[in-house]
Amino acid sequence: MRQAELFKFRLYVAGDALNSAQAITNLNALCRSHLPDRHTIEIVDVFRDPKRALADGIFMTPTLVKLAPSPERRIVGTLSQTQTVLQTLGLEGLAP
Amino acid sequence: MKSVRPPIVHMPAKAPTGIAGFDEITGGGLPQGRTTLLIGGPGSGKTIFALQFLVHGAQECKEPGIFVAFEESAERILANAASFGWKLAELRRKKLFFLDARPMPDLLQAGDFDLSGMLAVLEAQTKEMGARRIVFDALNILLALLPDEAAKRREIYRLHDWLLARRLTGLITLQAGGDETGAISPQPFGFMQFMVDCAVILNHSVVQGVSQRNLRVQKYRGSSFDEDESPFLIGKNGLEVAVARTPGRMNTKVSNERISSGVERLDTMLGGGYYRGASVLITGSPGTAKTTLSGAFAEAACRRGERTLFVSFDSEYAEVIRNLDSVGIRLDRYIKNGCLRMIPARTITGSAELYLGRIKTLATEHRARCLVIDPVSTWSKSRNDLTARSVAERLIDWSKAVGITLVCTRLLDEMLSHTEGSSPLNISSPHLSSLHLSTLADTWIHLSYLVQAGERNRGLSIIKSRGTAHSNQVRELILSDTGVTLADTYTAGGEVLMGTLRWEKERAERVATEVAEGAGKLKRIRLDAEEAELEVRLKSLQVELVAKQLEKALLVRTTQSHEGKLTRERAQMKELRGADAAKPGRKKSP
Repeated sequence: MRQAELFKFRLYVAGDALNSAQAITNLNALCRSHLPDRHTIEIVDVFRDPKRALADGIFMTPTLVKLAPSPERRIVGTLSQTQTVLQTLGLEGLAP
Repeated sequence: MKSVRPPIVHMPAKAPTGIAGFDEITGGGLPQGRTTLLIGGPGSGKTIFALQFLVHGAQECKEPGIFVAFEESAERILANAASFGWKLAELRRKKLFFLDARPMPDLLQAGDFDLSGMLAVLEAQTKEMGARRIVFDALNILLALLPDEAAKRREIYRLHDWLLARRLTGLITLQAGGDETGAISPQPFGFMQFMVDCAVILNHSVVQGVSQRNLRVQKYRGSSFDEDESPFLIGKNGLEVAVARTPGRMNTKVSNERISSGVERLDTMLGGGYYRGASVLITGSPGTAKTTLSGAFAEAACRRGERTLFVSFDSEYAEVIRNLDSVGIRLDRYIKNGCLRMIPARTITGSAELYLGRIKTLATEHRARCLVIDPVSTWSKSRNDLTARSVAERLIDWSKAVGITLVCTRLLDEMLSHTEGSSPLNISSPHLSSLHLSTLADTWIHLSYLVQAGERNRGLSIIKSRGTAHSNQVRELILSDTGVTLADTYTAGGEVLMGTLRWEKERAERVATEVAEGAGKLKRIRLDAEEAELEVRLKSLQVELVAKQLEKALLVRTTQSHEGKLTRERAQMKELRGADAAKPGRKKSP
C-alpha cells in the first residue's frame, strides 16, 4: 500500500551554490534508488523567487520540504547523510 | 577581512537611535551603513534597544527597517513592546517589517547549508520597502544550528558582507552568558567584536538585591564615545540611558530671583532666600527637623502659587502632613487645591536610576517648579553607592536645566557618634561626601544637635551658599506650634549658647537692663528734685530782688524830695531874714 504513495518534494536552493548543487544531486540519487517513478521534485531558487521563500519561511539553503505524504518534513543541508534523511522521510526499511 | 570594509570617511555618519542618552554617548547614534553588535545577558533589554532603533528610524529619520527575529515571534515582540506607545501596528504596514526567522524545532540537518535563503529574502524585502536599517535579534540562535566554528564564521562574514554591500545600518544582538561581566565567550562571537564597527554591551546585574542595568559602548570605529558604563532604565518610552553630564545641558539659565525658604530668619541669613533653580541640600542627623525645614519650603512655594512636588521616602505622606501640621506648616489645603503633590516614594521600587526617571516624569507631569526630596539618602541606602552618586548629580543637572528649585535632605546618621562628642558642630565627617551632593549643591544647610548642659538643641548653620552673602553664625532652630523660627544665639567662651543656657543668658541680660533702667530713673528723679529746688530758690531770690529794687527806688525818691525841701526852706529863710546876699553895703554898716 505504501509503495503506491506518491512522494512530493520541494527543494529550495540558492542559485548555483555548491551545497545547493550537491543537494539536488543527492535528492535525485535518493529518489532514483528508493522511489522510482513515484516522486515529484520541484526546485525553487530563492534568488529568483524570494517572495516564495519568505512565504514558506525558508531562511537556510538548501532546504528540502517533503509535502506528501503527510506529515510535512523539512531537512536542511546537502542531504548527504543518507540514513538520517531516509529516517526522516519515512523511507527507512524500503529496499534500495 | 579589513579589505571588505569601505574606506573610513573622516566622520562616519550616524543613525540616531532615539534612545535618550545613547545618542549623546555616541555622538549621534549607531554608525550609518555599518554593523553594530549588541551583546547582553537574558533580560538585559537587547530586543527593546533594537526595536527602538528601528522605530525611531522609521518614524523620525525616514529609514524603514526590518526586524529579523530568531528568538521570539513577531507577535510576541509586538505584544511586549505595546506598552511603549510606539504605534507599531501603524508602522508595520509600510515602514517596519518583521521577519519571523525562528528555526523550526523539528528541523533536521543533513549536511552543509548556509544562510543564502534568508539573505535572498531580505534582499527582496529591502528593495521593496527601501529599508535602511536592519536588526538581527538573537543571531546566536541561528548560529547554533551551524555544525562547526568554520561554518559559523563563514555565515557571519556572509551576513556582514551583505550588510556592508547594501550599506544597511545593521544591528546584531547576541545573547551573552548570564554572568554580569558582559563578557562573551571567546568563540564563536569573540571575533565578531573585532569585525563590527561598533559594539555595545548591556548588562543587568543585581547589586545588593536591587536590579541595576548598565550600558557600555565597547568600541566605535572612527568616532569618539563615552567609554564609561552608564546606567539605563526601561521607561515609558523605551530605553533611557543616563548621561552623567552633557555639555548641552550645562547652558542653563541662571536666575537671580530669590525665593523664600519658608523661614523668615533663614531668608535673612541667606541674604534673601534661595536662588530660583538652585539646589539646596539640608543635612542632619535623625530628628534635626530636616523634613520640617523642607516642609516650610514647600508651604512657602505653594503660598506663592508655585506647583510643588514633595517626594517623601521615609514616611507615608499623611504622616508627613500631620507632623508638619504640628509645627504650624499646613500643607493639606495645597494638596486639596492641587498645587502640592506628595509622592510616597516607597511605592517606587527598583534601582536609583528608576527613581530618578520616575521623579522626573512625575515632576514633569505635575509641572512642578519646586521639588522636595526627603531624604535623598534613601537612594544610596542598600544600593550601589557609585550609581546613587551619579544619580544625584544628574538630579541636580536636570533640575537646573528645567529651572526647578530643588530641596533635598540627607540623613547623616553616620555622624551621630561625632555629634555626641565634644565638638558637636564639627562636620568634617568623611561620610558626608558619600553622596557627592554636598559639593554639587548650591546651598548646603546643616542641622545638628548641640549637646550642652544636659540639653539637646537644634542648631542650624549654612555651610555654603553659592553666590550669596550668608551668615556664618550657628543659629538655634526653634519649632513651635506656630511655626519655625531661628533664635539669636549667644556665644560665651567660644561656645554657642542654646536652649536653657540661651534663656538664662537672655534673662541675665534682661535683669541687668532692668537694674540699669531703675538706677537711671532714680537719678533722674533726684535731678528733677534738685532742679525744682533751684528753681524755687531762683524765684524767691527774684522776688527779693524786686523788693530790694523797689526799696532802692523809694530811697532815691525820698532823698531827692528831702533835698528839695531843704533848698526851699533855706531860700524861704533868707527871704524872711530879708537879707540880700547881693547887697554888700549892708555888711559894712555895723
